[in-house]
Amino acid sequence: MAIQEDPMNLVISGVGGQGNILLSRLIGRSLVKKGYFVSIGETFGAAQRGGAVMSNVRVSEHMPLGPLIPEGKAHIILGLEPLETLRVLVKYGNPKVVTITNSQPLFPVDVLSRKAQYPDYEALKQTIRGLSQSAWFIDATAMGLGLGAPIVANVIMLGALIGIDLLPLTKGDIEAEIKASFPPDRAELNLKAFNMGTDSVG
Amino acid sequence: MPGLAREVTGSRGLLMGNEAIARGALEAGVQFAAGYPGTPSSEIVENLAGAAKETGIYVEWSVNEKVATEAAAAASLAGLRALAAMKTAGLNVALDFLAHLGYSGLGKHGGGLVVVVCDDPEGHSSGDEADSRWVAKSMSVPLLEPGSPQEALDMTKWAFELSEGSNCFCFVRSYTRLSHASGPVTLGEVPEVERKAHFDTTQTISPYLAKPHHASLLQRLAKVGELFESSPFNWYTGPENPELLIVCSGSGGSYSLEAIGSLNLGQSVGVLKLGTLWPFPKGLVEKHLARTSRVLIVEEVDPFIEIHVKETAFESPMVPKSLRIYGKGSGHIPSVGELTPDLVLKALSTLFGLEYCAREPDYEQKAHGAATQMLIDRGLTWCPGCPHRASFWSLKKAMQKDGRGGFLTGDIGCYTLDVYPAGNQQTKALHAMGSGVGLATGFGKLNQFGSKQPVIAVCGDSTFYHASIPALLNAVHNRSNMMMVLLDNAATAMTGFQPHPGTAFDAVGNAAPVIDAEKLCQGIGCKVVVSDPFDIKGTTEKLLQLLKEDGVRVLILRRKCELVRMREERRYPYKVWVDGEKCRGDKCGYCTKVFKCPGLPWDMETGKAQIQQAVCSGCGVCVDICPFGAIAREEPA
Repeated sequence: MAIQEDPMNLVISGVGGQGNILLSRLIGRSLVKKGYFVSIGETFGAAQRGGAVMSNVRVSEHMPLGPLIPEGKAHIILGLEPLETLRVLVKYGNPKVVTITNSQPLFPVDVLSRKAQYPDYEALKQTIRGLSQSAWFIDATAMGLGLGAPIVANVIMLGALIGIDLLPLTKGDIEAEIKASFPPDRAELNLKAFNMGTDSVG
Repeated sequence: MPGLAREVTGSRGLLMGNEAIARGALEAGVQFAAGYPGTPSSEIVENLAGAAKETGIYVEWSVNEKVATEAAAAASLAGLRALAAMKTAGLNVALDFLAHLGYSGLGKHGGGLVVVVCDDPEGHSSGDEADSRWVAKSMSVPLLEPGSPQEALDMTKWAFELSEGSNCFCFVRSYTRLSHASGPVTLGEVPEVERKAHFDTTQTISPYLAKPHHASLLQRLAKVGELFESSPFNWYTGPENPELLIVCSGSGGSYSLEAIGSLNLGQSVGVLKLGTLWPFPKGLVEKHLARTSRVLIVEEVDPFIEIHVKETAFESPMVPKSLRIYGKGSGHIPSVGELTPDLVLKALSTLFGLEYCAREPDYEQKAHGAATQMLIDRGLTWCPGCPHRASFWSLKKAMQKDGRGGFLTGDIGCYTLDVYPAGNQQTKALHAMGSGVGLATGFGKLNQFGSKQPVIAVCGDSTFYHASIPALLNAVHNRSNMMMVLLDNAATAMTGFQPHPGTAFDAVGNAAPVIDAEKLCQGIGCKVVVSDPFDIKGTTEKLLQLLKEDGVRVLILRRKCELVRMREERRYPYKVWVDGEKCRGDKCGYCTKVFKCPGLPWDMETGKAQIQQAVCSGCGVCVDICPFGAIAREEPA
């Protein structure tokens, strides 16, 4: 499968603890198996402590690249939280960018302590749409809660990403990677979540 | 990565920089590895520990970086290849030993010793963005700096040979954008190692007498310098006589190549990427400087290459005096923060008078508008269910009730977040591992100068073993008047739950003897009280009582890190909800404004508190902090 742009730049953004890194690794390993050059840059710092987290995934047929995407040069943004989609979009977006967002907000500490207000959700959605060529919103956290495990929202979002078919990867590629990465009981739950995600954009 | 040692020779995998360093060490036949966790370095020892059982190597999480380095050096002195890994802050801890190890050398049969140090430009997860390359220079020991995961593997492997060849340990400098970057890596062979450990007692390995040892070190370093002049880890690409030469290291290599491509400057700009940074390959650099009229230096953190390029140019008869050198000194690259591709794009376009626009101006304007109107910061915060949130709540309460202007001195761990907006800002001085206790021993001696403020040092369990014990001994011996609160969450939580001397298992998962912090503190003469931080009332009372007493007092607040508990138990202790009838809404708002738990946000529609079920960990502590009993909890059926 050829990629539409070379390099192809994907940003995965979210909040510490949502499982950004798992996604970048599943995608990266699948792409390497298909012969692509993949570079990933992770910005997580003290990741599990609720801060903003970002993975830059870069794919090329020709050469290895540096781990960071230049500003304004993302092709796809997978946001595990709406404010975090916007944060990355304003820096890396461009008129051609496609965004996929988990619609469940997670409140920053200044919102919890009511020093700041979380943006109005409808307005936030409109802004994300206005800055994207196409924008998908998936209620992945609610779907995860439905499976009894809100933690798999990230894998549902991965399903949506593969479902919109912009990366040179098939459902089967990721399914194989999930099976290789989890013990059998966890693999089953994650495969279910992954398929829910692909169906949500089908 | 599980099975790092099993990956097949010649295969191409996607490896994180830290995994590549670990694999490089395995391919070099490393037999002994030690470290202390610290972002962005932790995955090096973690990956070696993961490979320990199948390869038969020895791997430990040491009590601190100095001991890690000493332990690894012992293996090296006995003929094995050994590695120590740490973050820059940890290198500071190890320096006293390393500064003398350079002089002493590794003995007659020393195995290669590689010290990997991971810098954190931008201070993503550090209190500094220090540049460790100066340390190699000040100690006169070799330093390599890889620019990609592949180079990380290859250079780490070579560093063991260099170390053996020069009878000196060798630094490998990594940084966040290498340690936590992944890229394609072609793997070599992991050899079967036959070396047996034996320390030759016909020798004494010591830096005394310093002067002849210093001279010998400089001679050994000069030989390394000769190798560096022709090392393939320094490479050039570009026209023979470039209009502008970029001299760079580390991530600067890939950023520069990409920027040249984006700006179509391939005919004008050449890149000299250096991998062997100390001793500085002057001859090689001089040759390249003579072929150009302008130079841009691209490197992470300090102008290290820059000053050595300037020195080289100054001393060289081949380099024209008209040569212009740009970089941090000229302001073309900022002196603080990490390097990015955008900074290189900007510097290059400025130097060539080009207009670089990442995107159309109207999109730029729209994006800027959205950012100004809608974006709010997302600061770090304690996880839902974190014992620290409850501990600091009680500390704040107790100090308010005590009323003598008391304060906390802190250090490095998840409890550092007290100084962030998410915390209670009771910690008033915070620097390095163990420094909270050290500062408190001093503050606790100020009574004779009129101070009446009580001081409480907070430290985590891993930090307690790492660097707080000597300070506590000092406090007891010198009759300081202080309290230490040991926030014991049974793990090195901030860096990924690594074991420490207080846990019942070691780096590779074997059962390990536990050093009991409570008995240790009692043994040196401290009064010790233990409490559960989730018992807010009991903890606050104990704190108040201890604040009234004199001498060195220790309160251990013991509860497992919530992330570890959840992994082990996979269940929520309570179902928690807000009783909308009892909640006073905007008249109160105490829970959200002061407790600030991510699982307990404000519902803007109803104007009352609410539990966010997808986030709440079910610890139930908020039930005890609501002044009106409006939050309820129930054990699940």
